[in-house]
Amino acid sequence: MTDKTDGTGDSHHGHAHHHESSPQAIRAEALESLLIERGLLKASDVDHVIVQYEERVGPMNGAKVVARAWKDPAFKTRLLNDGTKAIQDFKFEGGQTEKLVVVANESNIHNVVVCTLCSCYPWAVLGLPPKWYKDPAYRSRIVREPRKVLAEMGLALPSDTEIKVWDSSAEVRYMVLPEQPAGTENMTESELANRVSRDAMIGVAHA
Amino acid sequence: MHEKDTSPDPELLGRGAPPLINGELLFDEPWQSRVFGMARLLSENGAFEWDEFRASLIARIDDWERRNPTAEYQYYPLFLAALTDTLETKGIVDSAQLQAIQQIYSERPAGHDH
Repeated sequence: MTDKTDGTGDSHHGHAHHHESSPQAIRAEALESLLIERGLLKASDVDHVIVQYEERVGPMNGAKVVARAWKDPAFKTRLLNDGTKAIQDFKFEGGQTEKLVVVANESNIHNVVVCTLCSCYPWAVLGLPPKWYKDPAYRSRIVREPRKVLAEMGLALPSDTEIKVWDSSAEVRYMVLPEQPAGTENMTESELANRVSRDAMIGVAHA
Repeated sequence: MHEKDTSPDPELLGRGAPPLINGELLFDEPWQSRVFGMARLLSENGAFEWDEFRASLIARIDDWERRNPTAEYQYYPLFLAALTDTLETKGIVDSAQLQAIQQIYSERPAGHDH
């Protein structure tokens, strides 16, 4: 568990006018709940549509970063030393003004990312956060009982695996570097990138 | 990179198109992706035609630009306004009811983040 140094409220996202509790965010939430109540949509369908567009509109930057780290040990070292600097290799545009810290899973260490305060998320590398990422249950329980929450999400970890929970903030956004699955050593970087899921980079699934 | 077609949906190009960076949708905040997802879903489900929504959005953008000739608009606040315009026009959402829910939500204790 990392220290949460951020408590600055409105500047939490680095966009003072865009905080989660902005009138627009509340209005959007009100609209969604009204439409759900009227039976016009379901939250899970909205999630699904967002993921669909995310995949249709463009590949996830984070998957490319992970694939390169798997193929290129020197890049992996640089990535873990200074994520913000290492991803400059990719010339991703815009979005990420915060520091990016990449944390690597190992055979007996598993990392998982949360934002306990709201829903800070490494947009530039992971695209759109899933709905559950901002769910209060996930945000509080993943800290208290990560093993149980991960198991509920389909990721059962051995009891001797250490779980590290990383709390995102306005200053620092985390991304998990999953372990490369066995048997994928001969894949090309782009083949590997296609295998890396968003959930693996949040740390709630294996790659 | 990916084998699949990653070209943007034609409906998402042209006037009123969402901000794309490197071919990917750009959302500054989660609520923006929610309203985007809601609008696409409602349109896919036949609640309105995308072109009807787009017309509302362009009207909102034009109006904003008239009132702020030197500034650059923020896309998703106008997108949200256009979505509620469209839903009201269709008789799907009543603005007073929406306002009432919004009021209740905004009175939640500080620090509450649903």
